[in-house]
Amino acid sequence: MSLDLPLTRNVRPDRSPTGFAAYEANGGYRGLKAAIGKLAPAECLQIIKDSNLRGRGGAGFPTGMKWSFVPMDGASPGHKYLICNADEMEPGTFKDRLLLECDPHQLIEGMICAAYTIQADVAYIFIRAEYHKAAKLLREAIAVCYDKGYLGSAILGSGYNLEMQVHSSAGRYICGEETALISSLEGKRANPRAKPPFPQVSGLWGRPTIVNNVETLCNIHHIIERGADWFQSLGLTEDAGTKLYGVSGRVKKPGCWELPIGTPIREIIEEYAGGMADGYQLRGFLPGGGSTDFLTPEHLDLAMDYGTIGKAGSRMGTGTMIILDDRTCPVGFVKNLMEFFARESCGFCTPCRDGLPWSAQVLDDIEHGRGRPEDMDTLARQVTFIGAIGNTHCALAPGAMEPLQSALKYFREDFERHISGGACPFRDGGAR
Amino acid sequence: MSDRNSSATIPLLDDTETTLSAAEIAGIDAEIAHAPYRSAVAIDALKIVQAHRGWVSDESLRAIARHLHMSAAELDGIATFYNLIFRRPVGEKVILLCNSISCWIKGCEGLQQQITQQLGIGLGETTGDNRYTLLPVTCLGACDKAPVLMVGEDLHEDVDAQTLRQLFDNSGGGA
Amino acid sequence: MPTITIDGVHYEVEQGKNLLESCLSLGLDLPYFCWHPAMGSIGACRQCAVVQYQNAEDTRGRIVMGCMTPVSDGAIFSLAGDKAQQFREAIVESLMLNHPHDCPVCAEGGECHLQDMTVMVGHRDRHYRGRKNTHRNQYLGPLINHEMNRCITCYRCTRYYRDYAGGTDLAAMAAHDHIYFGRHQEGVLQSEFAGNLVEVCPTGVFTDKSLVHDYTRKWDLQSAPSVCTGCAVGCNTMPGERYGRLKRVHNRFNAEVNGYFLCDRGRFGAGFVNSDKALEYPGLRQADGRYRALDHHEALLRMAQQCAQGRVAGIGSPRASVEANYLLRQLVGADNFAPGFSDTEQVLVSLALQLQADSAALVPDIATIESADAVLILGEDVTNTAPRIALALRQSVRNKAYELAAELKLETWQDAAIRNLAQHQRSPLFIAAVADTPLDDVATQCLYLAPASIAALGQAVAAGLGGGDSKAATDNAAGALPRAIQAEAAAITAALAGAKRPLVIAGTTCGSAAILRAAAEVASALCSGARQTMLCLCVPEANSLGQAILAGPDAPNLTTLQQRASAGEIDTLVVLENDLYRRGNEAQIDALLAACSQVIVLDGLDNATTSAANLVLPAANFAESEGTLVSLEGRAQRYFPVFQPQAERRAAWVWLLACLKEMERSEVYPLHHFDDITRACAADIPALAGITAAAPDLHYLNLGVKIPRQPARYSGRTAMRANISVHEPKQREDEETPLAFTMEGLNRDQPGALLPWVWAPGWNSNQSVHKFQTEAGGPLKGGTAGARLLHPGGSRNRTNTRPVAGDAAAENSGVSGAQPGLWQLVPRPRIFGSDELSAMSPALAELVSPGFIELCPADAAGLGIDTGDGVEVGDQLATLELRVNDSMAAGCAGYGAGLAGTGNLRALARVSLRRAETWQRRPGLIASDRGAGPGSSHV
Ligand SMILES: Cc1cc2nc3c(=O)[nH]c(=O)nc-3n(C[C@H](O)[C@H](O)[C@H](O)COP(=O)(O)O)c2cc1C
Ligand code: SF4
Ligand code: FES
Repeated sequence: MSLDLPLTRNVRPDRSPTGFAAYEANGGYRGLKAAIGKLAPAECLQIIKDSNLRGRGGAGFPTGMKWSFVPMDGASPGHKYLICNADEMEPGTFKDRLLLECDPHQLIEGMICAAYTIQADVAYIFIRAEYHKAAKLLREAIAVCYDKGYLGSAILGSGYNLEMQVHSSAGRYICGEETALISSLEGKRANPRAKPPFPQVSGLWGRPTIVNNVETLCNIHHIIERGADWFQSLGLTEDAGTKLYGVSGRVKKPGCWELPIGTPIREIIEEYAGGMADGYQLRGFLPGGGSTDFLTPEHLDLAMDYGTIGKAGSRMGTGTMIILDDRTCPVGFVKNLMEFFARESCGFCTPCRDGLPWSAQVLDDIEHGRGRPEDMDTLARQVTFIGAIGNTHCALAPGAMEPLQSALKYFREDFERHISGGACPFRDGGAR
Repeated sequence: MSDRNSSATIPLLDDTETTLSAAEIAGIDAEIAHAPYRSAVAIDALKIVQAHRGWVSDESLRAIARHLHMSAAELDGIATFYNLIFRRPVGEKVILLCNSISCWIKGCEGLQQQITQQLGIGLGETTGDNRYTLLPVTCLGACDKAPVLMVGEDLHEDVDAQTLRQLFDNSGGGA
Repeated sequence: MPTITIDGVHYEVEQGKNLLESCLSLGLDLPYFCWHPAMGSIGACRQCAVVQYQNAEDTRGRIVMGCMTPVSDGAIFSLAGDKAQQFREAIVESLMLNHPHDCPVCAEGGECHLQDMTVMVGHRDRHYRGRKNTHRNQYLGPLINHEMNRCITCYRCTRYYRDYAGGTDLAAMAAHDHIYFGRHQEGVLQSEFAGNLVEVCPTGVFTDKSLVHDYTRKWDLQSAPSVCTGCAVGCNTMPGERYGRLKRVHNRFNAEVNGYFLCDRGRFGAGFVNSDKALEYPGLRQADGRYRALDHHEALLRMAQQCAQGRVAGIGSPRASVEANYLLRQLVGADNFAPGFSDTEQVLVSLALQLQADSAALVPDIATIESADAVLILGEDVTNTAPRIALALRQSVRNKAYELAAELKLETWQDAAIRNLAQHQRSPLFIAAVADTPLDDVATQCLYLAPASIAALGQAVAAGLGGGDSKAATDNAAGALPRAIQAEAAAITAALAGAKRPLVIAGTTCGSAAILRAAAEVASALCSGARQTMLCLCVPEANSLGQAILAGPDAPNLTTLQQRASAGEIDTLVVLENDLYRRGNEAQIDALLAACSQVIVLDGLDNATTSAANLVLPAANFAESEGTLVSLEGRAQRYFPVFQPQAERRAAWVWLLACLKEMERSEVYPLHHFDDITRACAADIPALAGITAAAPDLHYLNLGVKIPRQPARYSGRTAMRANISVHEPKQREDEETPLAFTMEGLNRDQPGALLPWVWAPGWNSNQSVHKFQTEAGGPLKGGTAGARLLHPGGSRNRTNTRPVAGDAAAENSGVSGAQPGLWQLVPRPRIFGSDELSAMSPALAELVSPGFIELCPADAAGLGIDTGDGVEVGDQLATLELRVNDSMAAGCAGYGAGLAGTGNLRALARVSLRRAETWQRRPGLIASDRGAGPGSSHV
């Protein structure tokens, strides 16, 4: 059976970018034409709501609902903004790069449709600094769109105007958090902002703003063109659409694939990723990037969707899995992540700024054989102290605690062996 | 800013003070044209000047601040927040070695050691011939090709000892 | 009022507050760091965590931040629950990971909010074994010490410095646990309000450098309620003393005046008390010109003798208390009493008094200034003349943001959210000044004009609002007001007319009566409809207004006295706390003093006038004496002795009263105490009747006891004098005030005017002030200090003023038009050095610049001179350094009023300028481009 895979239909095996001509030849910009001048913004919004599209940036918030908070019909006169979050920096996540580098026009078309729906007049693509190639392709593609009249004033002869710009970031993972991203786009330090007020009413420069992930936005014009029912029908479970799933770590064929949402984990790891590399056993995996809880082989038959993974005690996150094999030290694994999150803390709130380095330091002690039995209590306390949303100013720190808290649950004996043995048992012959 | 009427605050002649080049100003002004106020382009301006000069010295920073009508302290607060704004000199090319989880699993620590051996530099250091600076970087979004690193703007995937030898041999490095 | 439940108890709380404020108001101890009552919430430190329950069935609850949680009816919280307590303990433990634990050597020790919170959360055992991060400190100038290692990253410093006070040279640098609060490079902090960092920082990062160098723990300081003598705003202070030295000045909360903040002139300028120029003994000038120390009784006898013989005149002082001035006036008689202003100032201060008293507009207190939603400033550089008002204006421009926030139903304490929402949108603030001022960065529009044009602008606005003298306005519009400015006048008119709470500010600095009148006209034109119009007229000194009321409009001025003296009509001249050489030109004062056969001077510091005296009586300074001062808003306030006068100093009122008694002047027989003088003055001068209400009198007892100047933990009372004697002397009883020079008594709930220090169990830092407030951030429980003499909407209580006769020099500003070859002198006061006393504070010495002349580039170029060159002003009036200033109005020459070398310069005088040929440039001086924005250049 050949799957309907709208997001990657223009992705070529060699990953060379699809240009404007090829994009349009393959049905591109039809969604745009179906929306602007044909459908009222409210109608577009209804379609997105009906489609049950959920944000692909990690949190899985229903996109239509998010958009519905934007004041419409002159309720807040002035600019409104759409921002594409292309800051992809979550450890183990490599899906947006694929969409950006292989099919830039798809993102732009999705963004125009999204911006039209919320009646934004300015759109930004906030892209991480290291994605030079993607930024260049996007800038070129935007220029073409201005030429073609898909961007700029009176798009397709309608009364709708939209300016679009690429902003290349200057580093820092926290910029991916939507309110930190807004601070950064304003030219400031990327400190996240307290909510409420939500960006939908007071975002960029104090104006209504929607921030969406690259993958989320790539879906919009497809949904508008082909309808909510079509989109719903793509998913295998209660979630709708397709999803880019990825696997990295010691598997035979690490990679990223578009699959119906709800595809079983086993299928993704064993069929698409080719199973574990020779000589390695699966011990666990983070299902959706570095800030999700570990799952273990017993979870392999679960469907990869928001609800199922959530019930299993983790999150689908970005849908890109990181495999922990039996020769890689789980303490070292968690320590690597913790050091990452500690380094990437914006430094605004105490639990994150000081609590993460503290946790990292304890993990480092354990990993290097300096651990003490009471360190296990310290780590457990850190998990309750930092781990809950609301304890910290933004979601970075709670996310950072997810691998740790689940590692303490599933790999406790590894920690204890480090402490009792005074050394890392994986040191020789292991991953390192 | 107010002059605190102190003789101590009257700056002494500083001949290292620099001005922005025409190209830099043009680049920054193009950004300002899209922004609601000048200081909104602070990050873009830092990047533009860094693209021309390799890094952002104190003098460059002050020149940008003047152009954006903002204080040097405020701009410095922004510049020092972002890890890819370099406030210290870097080599001609920056090696960004991904040390996030998938690359760690696949042995980025070994790569780092090898780079140190080949080029004689540790993290944060620059080769004696000023060609390379080695920095760690957050997950580069190429985990399926781990381990990866960037040299300048080029991404290198599935890096192994062989790749590193090809990339950096005869670099004439060494501290 | 919503009812909330905290740990099972129901409380009624005020709508619109957050939970943290509400808890503090209820007397519940909830720890916090980043929240500040004047700055609101940002939720950074996560210290104020509590558990919130969804409903009565919810047993788990979730952690929320008290400062970020609005109180709403029916909400259920727990402060005491384990979950919340453990969380708060973990926060402190985290904050302390990198903290150096150097309390024994830390200047904050003993009054450290971090110490208090650590104890409050019960954190004791440290689990962290890693290395601590360390930082390098910066040199931040002579006032403030920097010790970054103590930082807990609460962001209060930059929020205060940058967001609240508009400073631009302090910022948060770097990220994660490397955050650093500092300057781009080492150097003097530029904000005029930097000193508040000392009180805003909850730990010992920013500390008072003078205190650090001359150290005393808070609990060893003896303090009393005091009033700043730096300017006419009258901020309330708590100076602290040990070993007879003033150790520091802290803010004393006053909800209507200074709130939580002082300016740096006030905080650091009071150090003149410790100056080595302080006079210690009475002295008699001998034939050889040298002084001979006198026993104080002998001095008194001489004074009495001289005052009893012959014709006596007195010169009072706008920086001395009402009481001392009153006694001098009694001594010499009203006709022979000059208030001690310069001639021009005497006219202008009286005029300001009259205009405010007669205006239908509200004379606002400082807190009310913050409520203004449109402001027009005519001619006054308030940052440099009444600094605390500038800080209030920086808050007033945020009213636009609060309006926007209200539309989104954001509470006013949502600080970051409101700033993000409003971005650069501000309420209108228009500044017309002779050149740039430090408030320009928040102004809608700045107009740099000659004084006559400033007045004309005001008249045009008044006329545009349908008030004022429209003929004068039209005439002026044609003459003094350039066409471009007429359009600006229209914009200002529209903004003011559209405001609900417009405020007009002017002052005496420019030396122009026309400007004052124009401001009053604008205000009166606005006094219609539902607007609450405010008029604020700034005067220069701590008691300028009180002095104008006391002296009345007919008092002789300096010139009159000098003429009388020269005519041989004065034998003895008594000068009270006044360096006359700052009031008139040198020749005139020389003539005055030479013409009197006896010159008796009472003052605290040696100055040119004491040097010319025959008899000098050392007067106690503000920290050693009591007195009443009337601030620019007409608020009578009392200051109390912090410690007893050192050496042979006596309060001026003590000298004067003793002298009057020695002279057997029967009218003073009933006067024994300070309070008696206050009462006598109030009875004598109806417009000062209110001064008795400034503070409770001597007989006030707080639940039967006095109010202690020393906190309960005051230590070493015996040891501190052990080098003299190991016997502890009996503490002197305070026979003049309700305060005691001991630690016995009760410091709680008393009237705000009597608050000597703040402390509460568990709250050793200044944060304890909330325990003295009716609610967190609200007025003091015992009532706000001070009594208003000018009543809001003044017409209800006219003072006994009569129209003030015009003064040629002052009214002259109406004459417009440049005169070729002549420049008009315009004062450019400086926060440091322009007033007489703060310049003598050792801490500020380095920051006081020498006098200067400012010219616009074209005028400078015309004279062939540039920044750093010397300029000769007039016919040897002064030779000063030139600073070219882009913004200076053409034809005007700004001068650093009050600074060294400017003594002979008078506002509005027309003078010639030329290059000073023998001038030595200071090495390495260049024009700086550290401007606040386009077009402004500071040198
Ligand atoms: C620390 C942190 C980092 C994040 N980084 C990203 C990111 O790189 N890309 C992204 O799309 N979303 C990221 N998010 C999620 C965004 O905050 C936001 O939820 C998302 O962009 C919304 O888009 P969506 O609704 O389309 O998923 C991050 C969130 C957090 C807390
Ligand atoms: S959790 Fe706090 S410190 Fe960490 S990134 Fe978010 S706001 Fe910054
Ligand atoms: S006081 Fe509430 S988070 Fe800091």
